[in-house]
Amino acid sequence: MPKTVTRTVQHDLAAPAVRAERLTVRYDGRPALQEVTFHLPAGQRLAVVGPNGAGKSTLFQAVAGVLQPTSGEVRVYGRRPGGHVCIAYVPQRSQVDWSFPATVAEVVMMGRVRQIGFLRWPGRDDWRYVHRALERVGMAGMADRQIGELSGGQQQRVFLARALAQHAELVLLDEPLTGLDVPSQETIFRLLDEMADEGVTVLIATHDLNLAAERFDQVMLLNRRLVALGPPREVFTRPLLQQAYGSHMHVLQVEGQGELILTDTCCEGEET
Amino acid sequence: MNSLLAWLIEPFQYAFMLRGLLASLIVGVVVPVLGTYVVLRGMAFFGDALAHIILPGVVIAFLLGWPLALGALLAGLLAALIIGAISRRTDVKEDTAIGVVFAGAFALGVALLSAQRSYAIDLAHILFGNLLGVSNADLWLTAALGGMALLLIFALYKEFLVLAFDPLLAATLRLPVELLHYLLLMLLAVVIVVSIQAVGVSLVLAMLVTPAATAYLLSQRLPSMMALAALFGTFSAVAGLYASYYWGLASGPAVVLVATAIFAVAFLAAPRRGLLWSRRRGLSPEIHEPHA
Repeated sequence: MPKTVTRTVQHDLAAPAVRAERLTVRYDGRPALQEVTFHLPAGQRLAVVGPNGAGKSTLFQAVAGVLQPTSGEVRVYGRRPGGHVCIAYVPQRSQVDWSFPATVAEVVMMGRVRQIGFLRWPGRDDWRYVHRALERVGMAGMADRQIGELSGGQQQRVFLARALAQHAELVLLDEPLTGLDVPSQETIFRLLDEMADEGVTVLIATHDLNLAAERFDQVMLLNRRLVALGPPREVFTRPLLQQAYGSHMHVLQVEGQGELILTDTCCEGEET
Repeated sequence: MNSLLAWLIEPFQYAFMLRGLLASLIVGVVVPVLGTYVVLRGMAFFGDALAHIILPGVVIAFLLGWPLALGALLAGLLAALIIGAISRRTDVKEDTAIGVVFAGAFALGVALLSAQRSYAIDLAHILFGNLLGVSNADLWLTAALGGMALLLIFALYKEFLVLAFDPLLAATLRLPVELLHYLLLMLLAVVIVVSIQAVGVSLVLAMLVTPAATAYLLSQRLPSMMALAALFGTFSAVAGLYASYYWGLASGPAVVLVATAIFAVAFLAAPRRGLLWSRRRGLSPEIHEPHA
């Protein structure tokens, strides 16, 4: 896809894609994130894992620049996130009004609203971007469907197409795998791989420790504070998991197979 | 057939009926088109409150001899700002803030009006509309404000669409979210002013919500929802005008009853989202799905 990138701020290409420095967010005085510090090179794929209320959505919204940190700071390509238009935030599916009167193509076009500009209408090029994005996610045949007619996996792909149409260089996906069947998850992973190959940085929040361990090179264990960040083998150890999940984790001894770790993975949509 | 035609045409030998018809057409288009956003964003309570809040503005303008719309507009803008300030700066929830301002302002309006001699008649017209009493000046003002509102809705179509569907996307695209939100509130105040003459303060809500809700049941896309809302709104307004003329009904209730009847039919029989349709498929109607 040819790139006509609209950037309101110049990217510092030497800087990491995301850098958080003692990032703290409080809601009504209660901490949702405390002193989170990390950095992430461009083109990385990172799974953010933690129990309910660990602050995964809060972290993503702070990185996207739609939530002001109480203290500390976030930098995206060396600049404040609030100036970037290259950040795509894909909300949890339960947060979206699927009965909204909009078609698949219209939702993808929404990603281009900034590029199109005020008092202008989508032109032929914009529609071409939209259709290419839909082709890439395998949804071109459903462009004119109302979004409520889609399956969960298809809905997720439409939002990825929207990020593609936006020319996003940093994509934040909040629980994109929850409630999807395995083939749908595979499709999403394939698309995320392709995007990462093109230098797009991808963060996903997930409850699924196994998927995070199998499919991601880097994982972050979060519970308000950053517990660990690194390759799954180093991060998903019993003491670190215990630290992140606390009483929400149970360790079972399975005969001949070592330990089985169970965590509370309940309840899509309760995150704040 | 000829007698039906005569029945339809007869009222328009009077200039006041022609003015009423034009006012009906403007109100029937403009208010429901903006109403689609009120329905999609769940702002019905706010819309109703705003309509009542502008009453004191109308009354004060009336007493000072200003154009009524000017007073209404100022009161509407002031109230939108006060409500925003109360709910943003304190722990008071927004709907509570709206409720407090709504009731207080409406009481002030009625109190001011009740101190006047011609209280009963004026109050009834302001509360319930009077399509038969549209003056030339009213008509020009309605047309100017209505045209301006339509133009803005059209010009900022894609921005308002993003804001209604996905506010977080609007924020990550760095659209001026606050400004757009206040602009929408201002437009709401403007169309309320536009529709007072036709349906009155008490029933503005119906014009904002009912045709748009009917259209919602029948559409898959926002442009068709807006077009259908305008169609139902216009039909209701004109039907209400006839009812006013032939049977002496207050125009507001007449307009709203027609709009409600159309909604009832759509609610029962709409494909996909209607009650009968979802019964047949053994599902609960889509409109009852919780919006998270």
